[in-house]
Amino acid sequence: MVKVTYVAHDGTRTELDGDPGDSVMSLAIAQGIDGIVGECGGSMMCATCHCYVDEDWAETAGPRMDGEEDMLESAACEVTERSRLSCQIKLTEALDGLVVHLPEEQV
Amino acid sequence: MTTSPTTSTMALIEGHKPITPASGIPVWDIDPYDVELLRDPSAYYAKLRELGEVVYIPRYSVLAVGRYEITRKVFSDHENFLSSRGVGLNDFKLEDPWRPPSIILEVDQPEHTRTRKVMSRALSPKVVKGFADLFRETADTLVDQLLAKGTIEAVTDLAEAFPTTVFPKAVGMKDVNPRHLVDYGAMVFNAVGPDNALRREAMSHAGEIVPWINAACTRDRLTEDGLGAMVYASAEDGTLTEAEAGMLVRSFLSAGVDTTVTGIGNALWCLSQNPEQWQALKRDPSLIRPAFEEVLRYTSPVHTFGRTAGGATEIAGFPVEEGTKVLCVLGAANMDPDKWGDPEVFRIDRKPVGHVAFGAGIHGCVGQNIARGELEAVLGALIEKVDRIEPAGEAVWRPGNAIRALDRLPITLIPN
Ligand code: HEM
Ligand code: FES
Repeated sequence: MVKVTYVAHDGTRTELDGDPGDSVMSLAIAQGIDGIVGECGGSMMCATCHCYVDEDWAETAGPRMDGEEDMLESAACEVTERSRLSCQIKLTEALDGLVVHLPEEQV
Repeated sequence: MTTSPTTSTMALIEGHKPITPASGIPVWDIDPYDVELLRDPSAYYAKLRELGEVVYIPRYSVLAVGRYEITRKVFSDHENFLSSRGVGLNDFKLEDPWRPPSIILEVDQPEHTRTRKVMSRALSPKVVKGFADLFRETADTLVDQLLAKGTIEAVTDLAEAFPTTVFPKAVGMKDVNPRHLVDYGAMVFNAVGPDNALRREAMSHAGEIVPWINAACTRDRLTEDGLGAMVYASAEDGTLTEAEAGMLVRSFLSAGVDTTVTGIGNALWCLSQNPEQWQALKRDPSLIRPAFEEVLRYTSPVHTFGRTAGGATEIAGFPVEEGTKVLCVLGAANMDPDKWGDPEVFRIDRKPVGHVAFGAGIHGCVGQNIARGELEAVLGALIEKVDRIEPAGEAVWRPGNAIRALDRLPITLIPN
């Protein structure tokens, strides 16, 4: 089990239990987290799964995937150093406790 | 006709190697490309899911998957199930395909990554937003014209008319021939099936259409400001050769017209059949995008595409031999009750994230933002101007080896 905390734009925190292999996006969709849309289902075509990885987790979450940078350009909210497409963050045991912050809007 | 060959000199079936299925895989003697079945595939989808995780179809000596999880898994498992040997029944490794293979759809990693990047940049949500006004103004004009007519044949009058107007403009094509665009799509998509009447009919137009398409993709036949020019710009920075740029522009034309024609027709069918959902959409325009996702799930415009086992592998624990063609029946997966609960109900607020109508994984539809943009414009214009959409005759489906589209859809548009 891998715990992930989603912090909504208004500060509301939701903690979910995922399995290794889930993505931060797919877990959020399966559990009905509002702040992630994931319109393209994880094909890296929509940028509606934008999130900011918490400072403490930036290193463990790793660098952006090939092509992620390009698609982030289409994100609805500001893109920062910590911006990731949550469909590209695959859960591993090492990410147990991961915290991600969600942007104000995705479209 | 079908035997269990053991030598390498055996005859091919539909251009691929016949296989001996692993014991325990259910065998189903059916023709999934039968025209009657294709007109109304729901019973086929249901039985395919019911029979098992994977089924052997002796008529074409292929495996088929239709349950949601396994279909998604196989279709997106690009390591074991290749695209470079063709996404239809022909194995490109054993027989030359009818046209030079697509350098995005019909290639594997690592080659795929390079062309995919060029295409996903050209078709990003940001670029597509730039077409929103063109799409919406065209939709407004078209819907006004159709309202003046009242009763229309929605396939030609709307579903074909809209994409064949806006898409060539978006690509920046100087040559205009809506018929050729639609017929080329029919060729490309029927070519993934067996050598049946559907494929032969579609291919009979090749002599006229293919040279026209190839010419229309060359640099001097494209404007400076369209999607085509964006792809050719990658030839300047050395990412692609000029010939490759032309090939990628060709893939716009292969995959970008027939699919959205089908998406629009199928959307109109869903909404004319479900008036309460149409009213719900009128009340809440924020459901336009989710409504289109539900249309995609409910009708799966691309109903079946295949993969080829690149080496010995397995599906759901059953051994699968190298060279096995696997039909991934996307339409069956999108209707799997284990995934969707009540798949037979068309609900515009379902938000069916994870449907496989655009595929999944590295080959997941690169044109999906264009498709959504077109549908958003058409449905946006309709809900603003039209009070009711009523059937005005029988809807007739057009069988296709990969595409499930309407052939005729008579409807009446009643203005606000
Ligand atoms: C409702 C409309 C559409 C549907 C249902 C659809 C469906 C699909 C599917 C199922 C795939 C996956 C193929 C595979 O994995 O083998 C795909 C890929 C593709 N689509 Fe679409 N498509 C649509 C619209 C478009 C448009 C408008 C374009 C062009 C602008 C387009 C261009 C492509 C291309 C180039 C690929 C290959 C991507 C790759 O292999 O990386 N599609 N599409
Ligand atoms: S879900 Fe579309 S880019 Fe992540």
